[in-house]
Amino acid sequence: MMASEMASFSTPWLTLSIFVPIVCGLIVLALGRDDRPGLTRSLSLFGAIISFLVTIPLYLGFDSSTAAMQFVEKSIWIEAFAVYYHLGVDGISVWFVLLTAFITIIVVIAGWEVITSRVSQYMAAFLILSGLMIGVFAALDGLLFYIFFEATLIPMYIIVGVWGGPNRVYAAFKFFLYTLMGSLLTLVAFLYLWNASGGSFDILTWHTLPLDSTPQLFIFFAFLAAFAVKVPMWPVHTWLPDAHVEAPTGGSVVLAAIMLKLGAYGFLRLSLPIVPDAAASMSGLIIALSLIAVIYIGLVALIQEDMKKLVAYSSIAHMGFVTLGLFIFNTAGVEGAIVQMVSHGFVSAAMFLCIGVLYDRMHTRDISAYGGVVNTMPKFVTFFVLFSMANAGLPATSGFVGEFMVIMGAVEYNFWIGLLAATALILGAAYSLWMVKRVAFGDSANDHVRDLQDLSSREFLMLSIMAIAVIFMGIYPKPFTDVMHVSVEALLQHVSISKL
Amino acid sequence: MMQSQFDFALAAPEIILLVLGLVILVLDALSQSPRRTLAYGLSLLTLGLLTAVSVWQLGAGMVGETFSGLYVADPFAHVLKIASYIAVALTLVYGREYIQSRDMLRGGEFYVLVLFALLGQMVMISAGNFLTIYLGLELMSLALYALVAMRRDHAQSTEAAMKYFVLGSLASGFMLYGMSMMYGATGNLDLKNIADAVSSGQIDFLPLAFGVVFLVAGLAFKLGAVPFHMWVPDVYQGAPTAVTLVLAAAPKLAVFAITVRMLVVGFGELAVHWQPMLMILGVLSLAIGNLTAIMQTNFKRMLAYSTISHMGFVILGLASGALDGDIQANTSAYGSALFYILTYVLTTLASFGLVMYLSREGFECENIDDLKGLNRRSPWLAVMMLILMCSLAGLPPLVGFDAKLLILQALLQSDRLWLAVVAVMFSLIGAFYYLRVIKVVYFDDSVEPVTPVPAMGVVSNGLMLINGSLVLVLGLMPGPLMALCLQVMHATLSY
Repeated sequence: MMASEMASFSTPWLTLSIFVPIVCGLIVLALGRDDRPGLTRSLSLFGAIISFLVTIPLYLGFDSSTAAMQFVEKSIWIEAFAVYYHLGVDGISVWFVLLTAFITIIVVIAGWEVITSRVSQYMAAFLILSGLMIGVFAALDGLLFYIFFEATLIPMYIIVGVWGGPNRVYAAFKFFLYTLMGSLLTLVAFLYLWNASGGSFDILTWHTLPLDSTPQLFIFFAFLAAFAVKVPMWPVHTWLPDAHVEAPTGGSVVLAAIMLKLGAYGFLRLSLPIVPDAAASMSGLIIALSLIAVIYIGLVALIQEDMKKLVAYSSIAHMGFVTLGLFIFNTAGVEGAIVQMVSHGFVSAAMFLCIGVLYDRMHTRDISAYGGVVNTMPKFVTFFVLFSMANAGLPATSGFVGEFMVIMGAVEYNFWIGLLAATALILGAAYSLWMVKRVAFGDSANDHVRDLQDLSSREFLMLSIMAIAVIFMGIYPKPFTDVMHVSVEALLQHVSISKL
Repeated sequence: MMQSQFDFALAAPEIILLVLGLVILVLDALSQSPRRTLAYGLSLLTLGLLTAVSVWQLGAGMVGETFSGLYVADPFAHVLKIASYIAVALTLVYGREYIQSRDMLRGGEFYVLVLFALLGQMVMISAGNFLTIYLGLELMSLALYALVAMRRDHAQSTEAAMKYFVLGSLASGFMLYGMSMMYGATGNLDLKNIADAVSSGQIDFLPLAFGVVFLVAGLAFKLGAVPFHMWVPDVYQGAPTAVTLVLAAAPKLAVFAITVRMLVVGFGELAVHWQPMLMILGVLSLAIGNLTAIMQTNFKRMLAYSTISHMGFVILGLASGALDGDIQANTSAYGSALFYILTYVLTTLASFGLVMYLSREGFECENIDDLKGLNRRSPWLAVMMLILMCSLAGLPPLVGFDAKLLILQALLQSDRLWLAVVAVMFSLIGAFYYLRVIKVVYFDDSVEPVTPVPAMGVVSNGLMLINGSLVLVLGLMPGPLMALCLQVMHATLSY
């Protein structure tokens, strides 16, 4: 879109990562016709794969020995306002760029035969959404960040509202208005920072901007309003179960795997480094809210009768782990939180895909409508059990690594907090495994279950990819932690220095 | 700076429009064509010519006063005039089929009245004196009253015309009263001389204060700010949509111009008194506009309330100038208001244009529910509606967001954090009803029978597409327009 100044000799990989999916989405929208869905689907898959391929160089060319921003692109965008088109990734954000592009492929595959009405609009919405979310993770300019952050609402609103379930209108509005409320306050905080920094939207400049304690508190709460809603933290989490239940499978996958991470990423990139003193003084509050999310929401998940709702609540509980890890300010905690974010991206996405597989066959998500699925769908149940185990945080799956690191960090911070956080492992096992037991095992519950067809090759492919990712990350998390380690250390170092 | 006492070249656009307007009136009277193609074509040609003249004037840096300061030509005026020409031209193109199918061309005055309303607006935009302001205002208003009443046999239109006329006259009365107070206090009608007189500190404060109050009230009437907004929904709803668009677009620019000229240029010294008034008007407009819009089922009425809330934003921008007359701060405050109103007019044009598109012979697209299932009938019009509604709601990356951002920035710059928070909270409420339109367009299925969207001419289709895309493109690339707004504001303030 714009020529870069600093990286003018190299390929602008970040710009490509953002705009390749958006352009592909527009092409799908323009060329796709509803009477020829096959073409649209192939085109979308092709676009999603290309979009993923252009993010690979970000990992291959990444220098994990420095905490500085890499692949930086910077050029003036709005001169009157000193807004720059400024992109860059560090060891924290690079993962989310890759994860987003990866999940988009899965989403396209997941919607393959399931979505039959307005296919081109569906696929285009996801491709455009993917580019916008990558933009959030790559933006180093406050206004650019905000534009991407808020623009993601529009496609998601359409996705939930058009292809969603019976109560989709309510869910779409709730999702939109909740998140908009938080982000509008953030906008005011951004403008405050713009004035305080003498007219700069540069996030890295804001990191070093000295601020008094009162403005810090105000900014912290403005950020909290946006990011807590997005994460979501208790008590502003109520939009998530509604959105998840009503959204189509692809929508739930993107929501859980990536959109929630936008909030946690906001804490990492903005709240902690810009207002470190307020973050430190308010850490007690955040830890308390996180523990409530972990324990209380874990209990709420236990009694759900709708599978999607159950996974939605388990998402909130897992994100509670993330916010807990971020606000205990030690390496294990923060790295654990980031690993947990990536892992949850895979696991929750896989769980929603599994539920989608069942829903496509039975058109119900009630746990009570199932039972003994293993008799007719053995392949499916293999995956289902694996992902549920990962959801429960079983060792050798990705779910374990993050939770374990956060608990370690929490114990180091305060034993009792660690102990309370660890109950999540028990609760997680309880709600995940109990659901598996009720859905998959036992005798076939009814004729519908007896007539079920096992996975198609498309579904098998999609779930295998997820399974490989989950197991690989569980057994060998080193590549992930290696890349982020220096950046996390630098962040903690920065946060520990008071700005007062 | 004064080039000569009577520099006609400066006022060339007005003179050209007056002459050509009369020519069109005569030619049209002779023409018997039911489609009035001649008047239509000539009107568009006139607008094209005017645009060329004003662009040339802007480019050649033709700046100055003429007719003893009655008439001011500055970059601010040129830019607003160019925007008005474009707005009027788009109105004519979008409304072409609509007015024809509603038998509003029988008398043929439609085009001439629109042109004379434009002439009034241009006089307002270039006014440097209370007399020219009032002259322009009345010329514009009289033409608009007649336009609203165009469908004589239509009860709603007649009612709207009556309301518009009575309340409009009341507002003009307010203005006139305020002007007379000002004249009484300062002995001057010229805005620059008034400014000098006020800053001399020799003026009795009481008549001055009264004058400002009446003028602000009159302006608020014309802008449609709460609590002087009662006419807006009724007139917007009652007038034929083509006329609604005539009212909703270009006149806002003219009223904005006289607001800036009077309050900023004329009584800049009194800002400490009129700023609080504007703040109250602005916040009330945001509150009432947004809250009431939620309850509307009629699309035009909803857009009317949305206009009220947008005027609230513009007024907040006007209220956030610096009290000490610091040019830099004032430039950014008033420049942001200018950017807001220009982009708002652009978005409004496309919104009402769409409404006219969806109306057919014998069918008015009036209610929000009439938009049901638009996505199925015409995905491109649906995308357009999505872009427009998101822009009005102030969502990035559309131009409505950039405009709101500028206003918020102006508010923070003048240390009015709480006003900024109030403004964003009301935009949140506002987002709801724009989202509802998107919901109707995308989520709902159309009520049977599905009526295809009528085919429109290539020209209007193309313009519509450009208009809608501009909302997106300007949202992504607001830099040049922002710079232009700041630049012309700076020129006017430091003149």
